[in-house]
Amino acid sequence: MIQFKRDFNFMGARKFAAAFSILLILISLGSLAINGLKFGLDFTGGSLVEVTYGNPVELEDVRASLRAEGYADAVVQTFGAANDILIRLGEAHDPQLGNTILSILQASTDDTVTLRRNEFVGSQVGEELREQGGLGLLVALAMVMLYLAFRFQFKFSVGAVLALAHDVILVLGFFSIFQIDFDLTVLAAALAVIGYSLNDTIVVYDRIRENFRILRVEEPIEVLNTSLNQTLSRTIVTSLTTMLVLVVLAMFGGEMIYGFSIALLVGVVVGTYSSIYVAGNILLMLKVSREDLIPPPPKEDIEVEEVP
Amino acid sequence: MLNRYPLWKNLLILLVLVVAGIYAAPNLFPEDYAVQISGSRAVHQVDENVMSNAVRALESDGITFKSSELENGAGMLRFSDGDTQLRARATLARALGENFVVAMNLAPTTPDWLTAIGAGPMKLGLDLRGGVHFLMEVDTVQAVSQRLEVYASDIRTTLREQRIRYRSVDLDESSGQLAARFADQESRDQALSRLRRDYSEFTFESTQVDDAFFLYVTLNEQTVREIEDYAIQQNLTTLRNRVNELGVAEPLVQRQGRNRIVVQLPGVQDAAAAKRVIGQTANLEFRLEATSDASRAATEVFEFRNDPNRRGTLERDIIITGSSVANANATFDENGMPQVSITLDARGGQMMSRVTRNAIQRRMAVVFVEHKTRTVIERVDGESVERRIPYTEKHLISLATIQSVLGNSFRITGLDSPRESSELALLLRAGALAAPIYFVEERTIGPSLGAANIEMGITSVKIGFALVLIFMILFYRAFGLIANIALTLNLVLMIAVMSLMSATLTLPGIAGIVLTVGMAVDANVLIFERIKEELRRGTPVQSAIHSGFSQAFSTILDANVTTFIAAIILFAMGTGPVKGFAVTLSVGIVTSMFAALVITRALVNLAYGGRKVQKLWL
Repeated sequence: MIQFKRDFNFMGARKFAAAFSILLILISLGSLAINGLKFGLDFTGGSLVEVTYGNPVELEDVRASLRAEGYADAVVQTFGAANDILIRLGEAHDPQLGNTILSILQASTDDTVTLRRNEFVGSQVGEELREQGGLGLLVALAMVMLYLAFRFQFKFSVGAVLALAHDVILVLGFFSIFQIDFDLTVLAAALAVIGYSLNDTIVVYDRIRENFRILRVEEPIEVLNTSLNQTLSRTIVTSLTTMLVLVVLAMFGGEMIYGFSIALLVGVVVGTYSSIYVAGNILLMLKVSREDLIPPPPKEDIEVEEVP
Repeated sequence: MLNRYPLWKNLLILLVLVVAGIYAAPNLFPEDYAVQISGSRAVHQVDENVMSNAVRALESDGITFKSSELENGAGMLRFSDGDTQLRARATLARALGENFVVAMNLAPTTPDWLTAIGAGPMKLGLDLRGGVHFLMEVDTVQAVSQRLEVYASDIRTTLREQRIRYRSVDLDESSGQLAARFADQESRDQALSRLRRDYSEFTFESTQVDDAFFLYVTLNEQTVREIEDYAIQQNLTTLRNRVNELGVAEPLVQRQGRNRIVVQLPGVQDAAAAKRVIGQTANLEFRLEATSDASRAATEVFEFRNDPNRRGTLERDIIITGSSVANANATFDENGMPQVSITLDARGGQMMSRVTRNAIQRRMAVVFVEHKTRTVIERVDGESVERRIPYTEKHLISLATIQSVLGNSFRITGLDSPRESSELALLLRAGALAAPIYFVEERTIGPSLGAANIEMGITSVKIGFALVLIFMILFYRAFGLIANIALTLNLVLMIAVMSLMSATLTLPGIAGIVLTVGMAVDANVLIFERIKEELRRGTPVQSAIHSGFSQAFSTILDANVTTFIAAIILFAMGTGPVKGFAVTLSVGIVTSMFAALVITRALVNLAYGGRKVQKLWL
């Protein structure tokens, strides 16, 4: 039977963890400020053509033949396989761009070229999506905070939401630092990270709440440590199975959902870490205590109707 | 007794699972490659004759088909593979001619008894089956100013009929107002009181600049909104008709947001051709030809569309616009000469008869208005910014003598050839769009990419699922096995619910399924860990199981509700693929809770409940 050691002093390293988290957040925010996100077509607007060659081709050849036809601004890259080529253009040249590009490429090679995908997104649509996406994240955070304040207590909802914000910032930072395409599916993944990381945090908080009520220990730090140790094997098993599935998705799911899988993978790692360190740490900083969780005695009805 | 479900509860669970199994089943039957034959217009019905022609054509080209069906005036031929389908389509299109539309399709092979109870497979999204996706924006500002133009003509007529002298009534495009100009205050006030009585949809404002007296007329907010809604509704209808002309098997034409329309054409590969048909944005203006003594300010000169050297001088007043045209058909008159029959809506008919009553033997022109856009790239602050500059082209397409008072339906005769009449009819129908539309998004996904996406998606589901199953058995042994059965049933439940909702499966949707598999484990893990803890504390086996489930319950509920909140927000804010992901995620959350709390519980109860168990194999 696989067994985990169960007496880690998680909160002993909390100062170090806090410093580590803050450092990571600063790096992420810094990269987001300087490099920004490499927004995909969905958000920037523009045109994209994906073609497949019968055999692998040299990117430089493709670029040269496009340049010769006046598409000097085209970004050419492979997409998954060496014979699968993705061509991006900044703006819509004309409605038949896909076919035009296809015939240019067909003319410049003896190989067969087939059109796989041709997309055009107006810049205005992209801008709206960016706004909607940001708004979506904020609304999600707000709703979750409300639910937790109602089910647990205000301090817990602050802790959970800060842990979530931490996770989302780090995931975005990761995409910014490594300049991975940020498209609609990645946004979906970022929102799913909220869901996942929340899941994790709630499980830990649930235990903390329970232990505050039943354990005869006064020190919040001890309550947290016990709770984290009790949930440790669940945390590890769930993270492992989810990561297992995500690794499979990243490896076999194809290029179109690669970004999605990576975002979630990073999210799961960060989410697991944050539900142990960030969520717990913030509870300690807010000086959580048993009194917070024991319902206050019902108030007596002292309202007296004044009779004029 | 502890850990025993009553019989009815077990039976209920079994019933749910059997129903789920039945509704998930249609997804197991692979789709057939099919070709669908439908009439290009209502007069051309597909009947036994047409089908036997089709079958003969296929036989003479040596193409074998699996079956042929005729239902609701549309024929369907099924083939064994994609290549045959392609060849068959070409053969059929040649053999049946222009009166019939031959479209490629994927036909479900759900057995009849399953179809009869409303079961069917999940629909595949464009990213999985290939096709074209367009997002179009309706220019509602333009729609409003078009309507204002008509109002301007109306007002001029009213003022003339009431003998109120005015200098001009013009549309100010930038402010969206009509400006009526008068020589003196008295006429303006007369006009104001008259127009107030006639039009409830206006708000008025009077000003005086030097010796000119102005009356500004603005449409109220509610009317503007009505015009916008109407423009979008009409565009939707027109787009549906045009899409039907393309003969696509399961097209989607839907309003999205305030002023956008999404069009999805599964299986269509030639985006350019599709765009030509659905993207023509045009309008019509019916005007009278100017009399020779008309002042230059009241007239406008247009070129003919098919002959730039020919011109016509028309009055500025518009009788009706294309939005009043209900239908236009190329037909033949009694003498077999080509003609175009036009039907107008009620309001258009009234306007037409009012104007033509005094204009018999004068000529009426039809002006074809095309809204086009040029995209220019401008440099603003060192960044290139894409700007769309809309412009209009107006051409004459017909100039014909009015023989009698025209009403709701009339004919344009004197056309040279059937080709000319059918083209004119086509232009008239095309021009019936109320407001110009622009393409703001376009995606074409090749069929090979779609097939590859399905394959990759299914491969990842299989591998991911298998790994999770192995992991669970290694980790929780007997309980792992139970969890695995629950997980598998969870997958069946999910597919059944999605099929019942006839949800569309997209690539992110498959990712959602894979993710749910990973997360569905969580509920089981929470329960098993609790049971282990209880056992470690020395709790007897049966009560350890019992309290394991009950203690994990609130945790599972809280965790899932919060994730569900996130999924709902995704659904509300997202479009297309993101929505697909949100749907699978929400369905997955619900089914996985059911699987862990009910199915796992039932299985554990069946295995251990009410029995003397010394040690759990956990």
